[in-house]
Amino acid sequence: MNNVNAYITSSCVIRNNTVIKNGQSILEAPGTVLPEFLRSLYDRFSGQYPKFHKMDLLSKLGWAAVEILLQNMPLEGYAPEDTGVVLANTSSSLDTDERYYETVSEIASPALFVYTLPNIVIGEISIRHRLKGENAFFIAEGFDIPFITGYVQQLLDTGAVQACICGWLEQYHDQYEAALYLVEKQERGMAKPLSAAEIQKLY
Amino acid sequence: MEDLKEQIIRQLNLQEVKPEDIGNDQPLFKEGLGLDSIDALELIVLLQQYHNVRIANPEDGPNIFYSIRTMAEYITAQQNKTA
Repeated sequence: MNNVNAYITSSCVIRNNTVIKNGQSILEAPGTVLPEFLRSLYDRFSGQYPKFHKMDLLSKLGWAAVEILLQNMPLEGYAPEDTGVVLANTSSSLDTDERYYETVSEIASPALFVYTLPNIVIGEISIRHRLKGENAFFIAEGFDIPFITGYVQQLLDTGAVQACICGWLEQYHDQYEAALYLVEKQERGMAKPLSAAEIQKLY
Repeated sequence: MEDLKEQIIRQLNLQEVKPEDIGNDQPLFKEGLGLDSIDALELIVLLQQYHNVRIANPEDGPNIFYSIRTMAEYITAQQNKTA
């Protein structure tokens, strides 16, 4: 395998009602509950995209984090097949699974049912940014940075992708955390060499 | 029909749409409100939940859900049948 250079070109961490882009805090909204906080991210960082309002909280969180991640870092230079998405979390889609289960006793909600898989958020991100590359959603006890780093490095090494959105996307009830990274072979943006240590620093 | 518009906005979570934005004869799908297949299922749920109306023949769906007016006419016709 040819080990190619790869760079972390952008990062976005969202936790405790705070948004950190490339290591710098760019938004703090203390005292807002998660749905309101996510709506505020949509209002501030996105253009009109009515589908956002139909998404579950996990998808809204991931979708908004990618909007921020890709600000000033367009992916138009890549073929759709050349950008992958690799995410992980610990609660899968359990929050929405529970909400859906509550509807089953009366009339099961189709709108909730479609979000009862964790990888649906990858679909929402892919539709928004027209991505068709490799994707995966792993369920793990915690954010295993060496594993995700190694997985993405291998996708790049084998030529499966030229760029990859990757990281941690957790949400259950009002607990949440997003830590997403844009990794590319191309040296641009903040251009930190891809390594578990660099991701850990930005996390 | 105004009540029906509000029910649709609530059921489909159309947060950026107001009742007055929806024309009575405007197509609900594709070029109109841009609803999709999941929305169609939610509209079926809406008919059951709010109006106790079921669609006996699924092939009638496209005609029933063409617009606010066709939905309202179907609801009225079904309720008159059972009255």
